[in-house]
Amino acid sequence: MIVAKQHISNIDSAVKGTFEVKAGLAQMLKGGVIMDVVTAEQACIAEESGACAVMALERVPADIRKDGGVARMSDPVMIKRIIAAVTIPVMAKVRIGHFVEAQILQALGVDCIDESEVLTPADEEHHINKTKFLVPFVCGCRNLGEALRRIAEGAVMIRTKGEAGTGNVVEAVRHARSVNGAIRQLQNMDEDEMFAFAKENRAPYNLVVQTAKLGRLPVVNFAAGGIATPADAALMMQLGMDGVFVGSGIFKSGDPAKRARAIVQAVTHFNDPGILAEVSTDLGDPMVGINIDTLLEQEKISQRGW
Amino acid sequence: MNRRDSVLNIGVLALQGAFIEHSKILKQLGATVVEVRKPEQLTHLDGLIIPGGESTSIGLIAERWGLIEPLREWVQAGKPIWGICAGMVLLAERAEGQKAGGQPLLGGLDITVNRNYFGRQVDSFEMLLDTPKIPALGDGTELCSAIFIRAPVITAIGQGVEPLASLSAADGGKLIVAVRQGSILATAFHPELTADIRWHQLFLDMVCGQYRNPAPA
Repeated sequence: MIVAKQHISNIDSAVKGTFEVKAGLAQMLKGGVIMDVVTAEQACIAEESGACAVMALERVPADIRKDGGVARMSDPVMIKRIIAAVTIPVMAKVRIGHFVEAQILQALGVDCIDESEVLTPADEEHHINKTKFLVPFVCGCRNLGEALRRIAEGAVMIRTKGEAGTGNVVEAVRHARSVNGAIRQLQNMDEDEMFAFAKENRAPYNLVVQTAKLGRLPVVNFAAGGIATPADAALMMQLGMDGVFVGSGIFKSGDPAKRARAIVQAVTHFNDPGILAEVSTDLGDPMVGINIDTLLEQEKISQRGW
Repeated sequence: MNRRDSVLNIGVLALQGAFIEHSKILKQLGATVVEVRKPEQLTHLDGLIIPGGESTSIGLIAERWGLIEPLREWVQAGKPIWGICAGMVLLAERAEGQKAGGQPLLGGLDITVNRNYFGRQVDSFEMLLDTPKIPALGDGTELCSAIFIRAPVITAIGQGVEPLASLSAADGGKLIVAVRQGSILATAFHPELTADIRWHQLFLDMVCGQYRNPAPA
């Protein structure tokens, strides 16, 4: 039963790598949990728990902290294994400014690249020119100026930096409140004040105006860095984040599969305390965690990035 | 069936994915929107949208909160439903390229989908699509902007399924990317990521029962 005549569009007119196509991936991840995994087995546990994507890396941030040394892009062989193991999107990290690591990840078919302060920076002045890539990028930020600088460089997704590998949510909260508080201030500014804001915050003026108009970042904004419990995840969602990254919090806990499922449910039902109580129950030991004020200044990862 | 002179109540499944984008457009078109996360939120709705996102995540979360059976009953009762990308995969009777061990599907739409047909995110694309002559979409000469994100493709359709949009495949065949079957609409692409609200208008027209196809045999 064909009612309408057959309409067949020529696929040769398709365009890849546009802002809309790259930002669109991030929009599909919203309301979801992206989990750090170091093996194909962990990736399967994450997928089975309802993760909307996985971040493939050699060591979770807690281990990078413990081990020290230079942290780099993961070996392609483990990224390939994880890509082969799951159907959900696979992300991976490159060092800040290391555009060749990014070229390699794009060639491997990674779905999104995290230009991440968790790895040792490769360039102390320049971030990657992300507009040159077909693959979407996510970048960390501590405040609105930093977020808008990354978007100007082509990031189509932003996350709070938090303080990765600590299991302590305090820095993620600080960064989320900083970004959203600044947006609320922007919405009350006249044009003259916005010029001054752009200058003081080293943010492109056009993105400042766009953000003020939208009342939110022009791209998806996730929470990251220190989220360890379903309550942490729901807290970040109630603070206005679009979704959550969980790094060390899952596979450094007593019962990763159960905790992963619980955090996924908490992000969907972030506004339902009854369900949050139910999914927070009997999860086994959380990761131990680190108090931020015991960290030396040079041990704070979130200060990397410019 | 509700008429257009009363306000339509449209549910958007809000378990994971791009549900806020749909809510905004539906409100713009005058509908009342309910974000659906639990089975009881399905009552009193005239139509339901399953948005894009990750079909495995949406399916697993739906399973956890007992939504799979109520959603299947919704489809079987012939109530209007529109699946976008992941939503289309969930509505399909048959899906190729599922995760190890399979994934929860609702079924009801007599199609076979191939998940992530075009490949990984670097192969995602946008293009202008030819549309058929349907009141909400225009006179059959108007193009619509379509964004495909790790998109599925329909590789086979049953008797009662009407293809609405297709792409030419490299081998000369065609790849179906939008279909209608009774009160079910499915698109592999994302109208909610564009300024084009005609697909939402089409769905609301279907909800009103104005342009329903004869039910499949």
